[in-house]
Amino acid sequence: MDFQIVLLLAQDGITNGAIYALLALALVLVFAVTRVIFIPQGEFVALGALTLAGLQAGRIPGTLWLLLGAGVVVALIDLAQALRSGSRRRIPRIIGWNLAYPALAAAAVTLLKPAEMAMPLQVILTLVLVVPLGPMIYRLAFQPLAEAPVLVLLIVAVAVHLALVGLGLLFFGAEGSRTPAFSDASYKLGGIVINGQTLWVVGASITLIVILYLFFEHTFYGKALRATAINRTGARLMGISTVMAGKLSFLLAALIGALSGILIAPITTIYYDTGFLVGLKGFVGAIVGGMVSYPIAAVGAVLVGLLESYSSFWASAFKEVIVFTLIIPVLVWRSLTTHHVEEEE
Amino acid sequence: MQNQHPHILEVADLCVSYGKVEALHHANLKVGAGQIVTVIGPNGAGKTTMLGAIMGLLPKNRGDIRFLGEPQAEIEVERMVAKGMSLVPESRALFGSMTVADNLLMGAFMRHRLGHRDHPETMERVFQIFPRLKERREQQAGTLSGGERQMLAVGRALMAKPKLLLLDEPSLGLAPLIVKEIFRVIADLKQAGVSILLIEQNARAALQVADYGYVLETGEIALEGPADQLANDPKVIESYLGLGGAAHAASSRSVPVANQGETA
Repeated sequence: MDFQIVLLLAQDGITNGAIYALLALALVLVFAVTRVIFIPQGEFVALGALTLAGLQAGRIPGTLWLLLGAGVVVALIDLAQALRSGSRRRIPRIIGWNLAYPALAAAAVTLLKPAEMAMPLQVILTLVLVVPLGPMIYRLAFQPLAEAPVLVLLIVAVAVHLALVGLGLLFFGAEGSRTPAFSDASYKLGGIVINGQTLWVVGASITLIVILYLFFEHTFYGKALRATAINRTGARLMGISTVMAGKLSFLLAALIGALSGILIAPITTIYYDTGFLVGLKGFVGAIVGGMVSYPIAAVGAVLVGLLESYSSFWASAFKEVIVFTLIIPVLVWRSLTTHHVEEEE
Repeated sequence: MQNQHPHILEVADLCVSYGKVEALHHANLKVGAGQIVTVIGPNGAGKTTMLGAIMGLLPKNRGDIRFLGEPQAEIEVERMVAKGMSLVPESRALFGSMTVADNLLMGAFMRHRLGHRDHPETMERVFQIFPRLKERREQQAGTLSGGERQMLAVGRALMAKPKLLLLDEPSLGLAPLIVKEIFRVIADLKQAGVSILLIEQNARAALQVADYGYVLETGEIALEGPADQLANDPKVIESYLGLGGAAHAASSRSVPVANQGETA
């Protein structure tokens, strides 16, 4: 193994690690705000990738049916609740977001000929289709359980994961898809070739992380999410509703997942169930950060990417084993160094 | 005296239970505009439960709550905050790893959401009331002392420009000097036109600052009246103000001494 291979593997590892870092951040965010360990995070990666691939191939992506279906179910439940509690002023918003919006998205997909669009527009259309599924899933699966213990939320998260994988198979079929690279350029740097796609992935990940940082540090809603994560009762007393915070964090998680899928689709073939493994690797990163620390989670996820890349060179048959075994020493280290902190008053 | 004021909060026949145990039975209570009304009573009497039900943190079994003259059919925390009610809970519920300034900012969340962008001026006003918070504005809330935390909790509630402030045991666990300062602030807030429902175990301080008082015992309102009358009520003096209690302790001390001779 010469130096060139080391660098090549590092490039690979950092590319994947950047994606895992994004997913790790989304997992930490969702856990902090809602206490849900969001197993279906990876499904959004697959949805993002397969939706983009479908649009480019001129098909109507199955995501559209998912969006329409989820919208109708959410609308029925919310309308029934609004009528029962007599709050009619909510009705226009419920219809707008859950029925009118998916209908508009359907019109866009069927009338605008997405296959002929420029790539950035296809990406935006993909996000338009995938991202609203996040808040809808929160509404259907987690909002009624907002006060439930973490274990119950975890079980529901597993159920949502299984349901989404099944729906993925139903709507996208068993064959995988790959999208063309954002850029075919390649740059020579000190004897190694750096792919344009690598730069895209790393650049987009860093940009997204910076945007998230600015959102949490400098905006009212970002701070409100942090406040909810720190003290739920305190946040409610400020008028920050738990439902609003939950939907917002799921929206961000869906956005991050879909973007990760769009970034990774030109690198690997994505199948309806690929997302799970990708999401789990992000989860290992999040565990390194103890599900609380954003920077440590991101660094941990990049390490996971590097470890995966080097172990695929030395022992490619055991690459997943090696990556997931990492959890054990990390957990031992965390349980030795972390002191149980009493809940902040 | 109460009838001179329009009522900002009227609670009628309020019952609240935890599971099968009823913690509050048929409570009636009124807060007039610009008044300080206090509810005193021992631990476990249901004081915090009552505040929780008024604010919407706890579901009520029955009872009517009118806020600003309007009946509130559906009591939901966010809605009550939007209508101008703020609760400072006993636990303070601060955002420990956020700065003092950000904690205060979150106090203005609902106003911001409703389109009022006056939080910089409100924050200056809070800093005038609590200059200590201004010194510590960039410090994390978790690093503050007990007294400063309580100031921050009250200041954060004031950021919502509440029409009615609910205070749950603001003096709990604080040094006497700080308690004095907190009660001075409560009196000042009244001057500034904020109506206050104050829950306290420190009955002496509470009755000094309040206009009207209620005594809550085992989930029921046992006594009520203007604060100065309550402060002179022999039962209140005996149970909550400690004067009669002290006399009682003194007299009972002499009894065992006398008894000692007999039992020895």
